[in-house]
Amino acid sequence: MSFLGKLSIEAVPYHDPIIMTTLTVVAILGITLAVLITKYDKWGVLWNDWITSIDHKRLGVMYIILALIMLLRGFADAIMMRSQLALATNGAEGYLPPEHYDQIFTAHGVIMIIFMAMPFMIGLMNIIVPLQVGARDVAFPFLNNLSFWMTAGGAILINLSLGLGEFAQTGWVAYPPLSGLQYSPGVGVDYYIWALQISGLGTLLTAVNFLVTVFKMRAPGMKLMQMPIFTWTCTWANILIAASFPILTAVLAMLTLDRYLDFHFFTNEAGGNSMMYINLFWAWGHPEVYILVLPAFGIFSEIISTFTAKRLFGYKSMVYASGAIAILGFIVWLHHFFTMGSSANVNAFFGIMTMIIAVPTGVKLFNWIFTIYRGRLIIGTPILWSIGFIVTFTIGGMTGVLLAIPGADYVLHNSLFLIAHFHNTIIGGAVFGYLAGFVYWFPKAMGFKLDEQWGKRAFWCWQIGFLLAFMPLYVLGFLGMTRRLNSTNNPDWNIWLYIAAFGAVVIAFGILFQLIQLVVSFMNREALDDKTGDPWNGHTLEWSTASPPQFYNFAKIPHVSDIDTWTDMKEKGEAYQEYDKYAPIHMPKNTPAGVLISGSLTVFCFAMIWHIWWLAIVGLVGGIGFYIMRCYTKDVDYYVQPDEIKRIEDEHINNASKEVQA
Amino acid sequence: MSSNAASLNPNDDVNGHDDSHDHEHHDTSGDTIFGFWLYLMTDCLLFASFFATYAVLFMNTAGGVSGKDIFELDFVAVETAALLLSSITFGFAMIAAHAQKQAKTLLWLGVTFAFGAAFIGMEIYEFHHLIVNGNGPGESAFLSAFFALVGLHGLHVTAGLIWMTILIIEILRRGLGNQTVTRLSCLSLFWHFLDIVWICVFTVVYLIGAM
Repeated sequence: MSFLGKLSIEAVPYHDPIIMTTLTVVAILGITLAVLITKYDKWGVLWNDWITSIDHKRLGVMYIILALIMLLRGFADAIMMRSQLALATNGAEGYLPPEHYDQIFTAHGVIMIIFMAMPFMIGLMNIIVPLQVGARDVAFPFLNNLSFWMTAGGAILINLSLGLGEFAQTGWVAYPPLSGLQYSPGVGVDYYIWALQISGLGTLLTAVNFLVTVFKMRAPGMKLMQMPIFTWTCTWANILIAASFPILTAVLAMLTLDRYLDFHFFTNEAGGNSMMYINLFWAWGHPEVYILVLPAFGIFSEIISTFTAKRLFGYKSMVYASGAIAILGFIVWLHHFFTMGSSANVNAFFGIMTMIIAVPTGVKLFNWIFTIYRGRLIIGTPILWSIGFIVTFTIGGMTGVLLAIPGADYVLHNSLFLIAHFHNTIIGGAVFGYLAGFVYWFPKAMGFKLDEQWGKRAFWCWQIGFLLAFMPLYVLGFLGMTRRLNSTNNPDWNIWLYIAAFGAVVIAFGILFQLIQLVVSFMNREALDDKTGDPWNGHTLEWSTASPPQFYNFAKIPHVSDIDTWTDMKEKGEAYQEYDKYAPIHMPKNTPAGVLISGSLTVFCFAMIWHIWWLAIVGLVGGIGFYIMRCYTKDVDYYVQPDEIKRIEDEHINNASKEVQA
Repeated sequence: MSSNAASLNPNDDVNGHDDSHDHEHHDTSGDTIFGFWLYLMTDCLLFASFFATYAVLFMNTAGGVSGKDIFELDFVAVETAALLLSSITFGFAMIAAHAQKQAKTLLWLGVTFAFGAAFIGMEIYEFHHLIVNGNGPGESAFLSAFFALVGLHGLHVTAGLIWMTILIIEILRRGLGNQTVTRLSCLSLFWHFLDIVWICVFTVVYLIGAM
């Protein structure tokens, strides 16, 4: 066994021009960034105020930055696939050989779900949920930092696979026996396993953290049925995370044992059963899609109620419908493999359960529509995303009900119809939701609004591009095209493949316009400044703080007596109250422990991937050691003094009242 | 899982939720213990997944040994007794800790540690015995599932023993402060939880397997 395990210079794919160009561009961008940070002397700020920060708002911002970077990476994969399929028709080979193409669709799936959608959702949750329940931070702020860095560690691993070795060629589900050692002897599947394992652990800890926060740290007076709807949907999502991510941990651990220690869970030989993997994977994987979409439903509910200046229609039914979706989400996993040998009765049960999910989802759709009904709808960017969602998601929901019929699924299984369906729900549901939440809460997190014009342009490109890119896939599914093909030989399919590729280009403009929107808004931040902390005349507690919020969130914890607390406070004239005296606030101190622990664990995972056993031991011992050190650090907290609080609060109230009078 | 097992350790009692207006201090140890309960429930699901896999695979012996051939119930009964007794002694340690009796706490923790270590020693002996007799985890899906399920429990107990060692040092150095007692409470929850899981392992794997 060599000192570096399986790692050698051969692992760098220097003969592949596409990868080497990408790496060069990434290196240039990285060096430019480093130079800029050095030039403006920002390394200290980066380390002290961000990397070691345990402030939930800053962690939320970092989650979203991670999500946006991963969106670019995942989208680059997407556009490569669409262009390959547009070129490789009529027997042409295109520019991506099969082993590269297979890595691309696997990476696209993993990145978009685990490293784009999840961090985006968790980022928004981080920024908003503690504010909405009137807490000063989450229950375990240090753990929150640790969770973020574990997610980031996973993202680093998956991106390393681009330049060192390879990524899995198995599809994002990594079914054995294909993902077993016999058919995937390289490091690709190991990258997959360890990247998911470490980020999954981070996600699990986040869920525990936020469940304790909402159950134990709500502002006085706030009953469970008075929690803002976004907090409720996040809570359901967190319950789902706590209940489903351990299954992922387990199934990945078993695959690891198969690959590393010659176990026989899922192998063809010695009595292994690969269906066990497929069942366990989807017992996590199906709840996972509801983890993604429930918070998005919450975001739309907040936005629609704010932008119609009305109370949300059917708050209680919304909470119960989310709960029903969360529970039903656990008893439908088998619909991912109707064709894989279950009896007709089993298929029928799971088919019916799947269709029943449409009922609580329908309840939600009608609640949103009834909220808009007779409201004064303000057409801002957030509301465009919401209406785009209502239309798009309904189409995706209906094709889902179609796929839930086992008989129909036998025809459509693994066809592009399926691809169209789940992109329809994940983009049209979850991603539209996060992007809506992004514009809606951006002023809260950053202190200025985003440019409306570029926001609207971005929305229309996304919406139209989405329809152009994915509606043709429904057609292609009916025409018999299966997923994961890297070239085609059927002239009837060509026109649809061209339209889909064009659609992807339109979405690319959507993403570009969003980047322009960020730049333009940053340049105009004086004009777009949000001094009141309440730019949309919001309903819930997050809008009672300054934008960006004071680091301690609330100088005085508000007393809650209504679902729309902030509206209630404004109506009673309790908003923007000045106090003469404040009590000192107990706050946690920043710590490098999170990044040190996750860094060590990432090294451990990397060493496991490459079979560098000594380094694996160093990484693991380091991770545990840093953790123990953190447990015995005494200097972990401090008090914010009343005069400092008074200064900050007076400034905010002063600014806000000036603005309100104007 | 060892790092996972410890990662909700109650060092997070600084949680910034100090509503001094209404009451002096937010009860953070309550939050920690509630959080630890939630973590235990997720751990329970981890075990559930391994149990389910064992239930599916235990008949797939691939022509090799089955449970009947390899399980020695007398041996496992002693192992089980050691773990069950360690739960009782941990209970005594907690009573002593709440009564602020440091020497007694340490004594009972020491006894608990000894029982736990005996359990792990016996498990390692059993595994070693199986492997040298050609019944290692690579022989069949049954043996894979067996080693993984029992081994997962063993790893948890080992993590618990490491955690206990650290807490013993903490008590020796700092005495039985609030934070230390909260940490002990979490470990005791963890320890009793592992006991319950072991009762399931004993029943599902050994008793049913030896029938």
